[in-house]
Amino acid sequence: MTTIDTFEQSLADLPAAVDRVSSDGFDEALEQCLERPAVGVSLPFRDLSLTDHPVETDPSPSALSDARTGVTPVGPAVAEYGSVVIPSGVDGAEQVSLYPDIHVGVLAASDIVDSLAEAVGELSEGIADGLTSAVFATGPSGTADMGSVVYGAHGPESVRVIVLEDR
Amino acid sequence: MSEDSRRTADRISELLRTEGEQVQANVTPFNEGRYRRYAEMDDTEAYRSEARRIKEDAIERLPELIEQVRETVESNGGSVYLAEDAADANEYLREVARGNDAGTAVKSKSMTTEEIDVNEHLERAGVDTYETDLAEFVLQIADESPSHIAAPAIHKSRSEIADLFERHFDLDEPLRTAEELTAFASDYLEERIAEADIGLTGANFVTADTGTIALVTNEGNARKCAVTPETHVAVAGVEKLLPSLADLPPFLNLIGPAGAGQDITAYLSLLTPPVDTPAIDFDDPDAPGFGGPGDREFHLVLLDNGRTEMREDDELRETLYCVRCGACANTCANFQQVGGHAFGGETYSGGIATGWEAGVHGMDSAAEFNDLCTGCSRCVEACPVKIDIPWINTVVRDRLNRGADASTFDHLVEGLSPDDESAGLDLGKRLFGNFERLAAWGSRTAPLSNAVADSTPVRIALERVAGVDRRRDLPRFRRETFRDWFHQRDAAAPDDTERTVALYPDVYTNYVDVERGKAAVRTLEALGVDVTVPDACGSGRAPLSQGMIETATEQAKAVYESLGPVIESGRDIVVIEPSDLAMFRGEYDRLLPETAAERVAENSYEVMEYVYGLLENGADADDLAGPNADETPSEAARDGVAYHSHCQQRTLGLEAQTVAVLEAVGYDVITSDVECCGMAGSFGYKTEYYDLSVAVGADLRDQFTSPGADGRLLLASGTSCADQMNSLFERRSAHPVQIISPEVDRIADRRR
Repeated sequence: MTTIDTFEQSLADLPAAVDRVSSDGFDEALEQCLERPAVGVSLPFRDLSLTDHPVETDPSPSALSDARTGVTPVGPAVAEYGSVVIPSGVDGAEQVSLYPDIHVGVLAASDIVDSLAEAVGELSEGIADGLTSAVFATGPSGTADMGSVVYGAHGPESVRVIVLEDR
Repeated sequence: MSEDSRRTADRISELLRTEGEQVQANVTPFNEGRYRRYAEMDDTEAYRSEARRIKEDAIERLPELIEQVRETVESNGGSVYLAEDAADANEYLREVARGNDAGTAVKSKSMTTEEIDVNEHLERAGVDTYETDLAEFVLQIADESPSHIAAPAIHKSRSEIADLFERHFDLDEPLRTAEELTAFASDYLEERIAEADIGLTGANFVTADTGTIALVTNEGNARKCAVTPETHVAVAGVEKLLPSLADLPPFLNLIGPAGAGQDITAYLSLLTPPVDTPAIDFDDPDAPGFGGPGDREFHLVLLDNGRTEMREDDELRETLYCVRCGACANTCANFQQVGGHAFGGETYSGGIATGWEAGVHGMDSAAEFNDLCTGCSRCVEACPVKIDIPWINTVVRDRLNRGADASTFDHLVEGLSPDDESAGLDLGKRLFGNFERLAAWGSRTAPLSNAVADSTPVRIALERVAGVDRRRDLPRFRRETFRDWFHQRDAAAPDDTERTVALYPDVYTNYVDVERGKAAVRTLEALGVDVTVPDACGSGRAPLSQGMIETATEQAKAVYESLGPVIESGRDIVVIEPSDLAMFRGEYDRLLPETAAERVAENSYEVMEYVYGLLENGADADDLAGPNADETPSEAARDGVAYHSHCQQRTLGLEAQTVAVLEAVGYDVITSDVECCGMAGSFGYKTEYYDLSVAVGADLRDQFTSPGADGRLLLASGTSCADQMNSLFERRSAHPVQIISPEVDRIADRRR
């Protein structure tokens, strides 16, 4: 199994979907999974942008609260768990990935590593360089506190990872 | 029964009735999930060893790490406050609240803030404080304390929560499903988070080199609490410090599996505050960019509250390695029945709680529940940082014994118990701890001793004075001991023996359960082994289980005096009673000099393990009895056996060998999967724990009376397991070696 297969497999039992697309297919993939209203933070991938989509990239507090979907770049990702790292800075990716019901993470396939230890290794360079918030997210938020497992406790109820296979 | 015992018994019965079922339903999947995931991961043991090593190093270097994290967090732009105790921490938190002109605070789950009652103190300072973890939220509304350190509301059912919400929020329409309850609570709490001035979190780990706090969560509330208000305060015990960010992976790989049997939790946050992520100004709802970032403020409150003393205490230090996952609670048979409201102190619950409570709240709090640890040791392999939790419980029990006052009944047992313990030791403990002396006397005077022990006045007195429950059958002492039998029998050693063993005559085999000793001798001899029975005393297990460490140490020394020369002469030591083998391989390391302990550990074997080794090395299983032999100790065994291994034997990894030997001689074997039979040495004999012991045993009874198991011969490796099974079932149980022994002693098919 390739690393990306493993990554996809790891999320199979969770309310989480993985879309494997080339950069050319990104716009279509995003369009299909976007439920409105949507908020997002800008993507660091060359030639890919949220500006052609109905996504508010500098949202107000109320826009954030009302959003159905939040789009952020994610990476690195951990194949063995299906985790994606949400790095956050002044762009507010932390809240954009957390407050809406659906989180769409955009991930470069080359950013998927095998193990959590490798991902922490990569992040430690970033943290040394001033990355102040990095959250490993594996599937949606969940709780079993109310008698059975419920997804969408305080965070998203489902997640979607768009994997850019050529990046 | 004393007043204290009666109160304990009543409280346990009450919780068995009111919370036990819910607790068990909730922790069982956690426990099963841990087994699944620990087995599934290739590197479980490597992670555990590494996590252990890192924690040992971190606690060793703690003062240095505190200084380092102060520098890193301050240079990151945050503040660090080292709080000496609860009052100090709360005073600082009040100052932070005052400085922020705070009216409300939102909190994510943190046992450390429970330890110092932060909510109460903030409320008193005029700050409305809301728990946002859904379980903690439920408890806050219900005004109850956590029943589990990682899943605090496991004692509450969905319908109880629904009723609670309906009453508290005066709802027109009652909420029914878990989805409705969750949605209601998270909507309500989202508003509280939006208006909060301060976000309070704990920290699972804090890395000294970067000032990063790691939060391990599932709901997402901790993420919201940390980044939504401008001010974030993290409260963490000083023991949460790790030297480096690079130390995190083994813990992050283990904590989900260990805690709730999850491969990984939904979120692992690595925050290096103050974070760049802007706060959200919900008072300015339409401004772009979350309403302007404002000024981030971050405070790390590191709590000592007794931890420095714990660090200096050679026996309690290990407690500080605890990552608060709850695995020791989930795997504990007693905890599964009653939860943390019985098996817990002021704040903490489960096996490790004894160490925490003794360290942070004091011995009185630890004394409340310390006896609920039976030393079964199932938590030892569950703990992700390999803490010897039973030992911590033993040490605390020993200290409690020594602190106790002498009572008026002491003279009654002094003749039977010339031990090294303090005069105030509980009489029941003294009686069980000195069981060997009692057994020797009982054997000398049998059958009179048995008749006397069975008489009603004696049982009433035993119950009143020593807390021995009169509903239990007492051991029947044998006039002819195992050692007597062995030395008086007329048997020649096998010819051409390649192996020589000394069969350890444990107290029960020697005085009570002589048949299993005979069967062990015959089995070993049938496989060509030369057997002797050394003149060795009890291993010290009985006194140790009562917290009588000094007496146990004296016995360990005496055992070594007997066994040392035997080992020197080339004999292997073979042990029938698993709890004694667990002493030889485990606790002796703490009671004897290193070389002595090593020598005993390396040369001792459980009897079925030894037989397994012989068969693996060419001995012939046909020399043993099996279901197809002309004579069988039990007709029931021909249809198969139902085997309950012993808890400590399973922790030693020795269940499989017994099963393999039984299968090798042709038995069809099924095994139990309960953690413990509930008897656990003397535990189930004690009046205040009788109900609990029977409740634990019910799971085993259900398993072995289910279709496919019912009717099989019952087997148990441990004496007390056999005692418990004899009271749980109509059928009588035997030791596995009794049904492979070539010379057959019949096992009674019925109990009486």
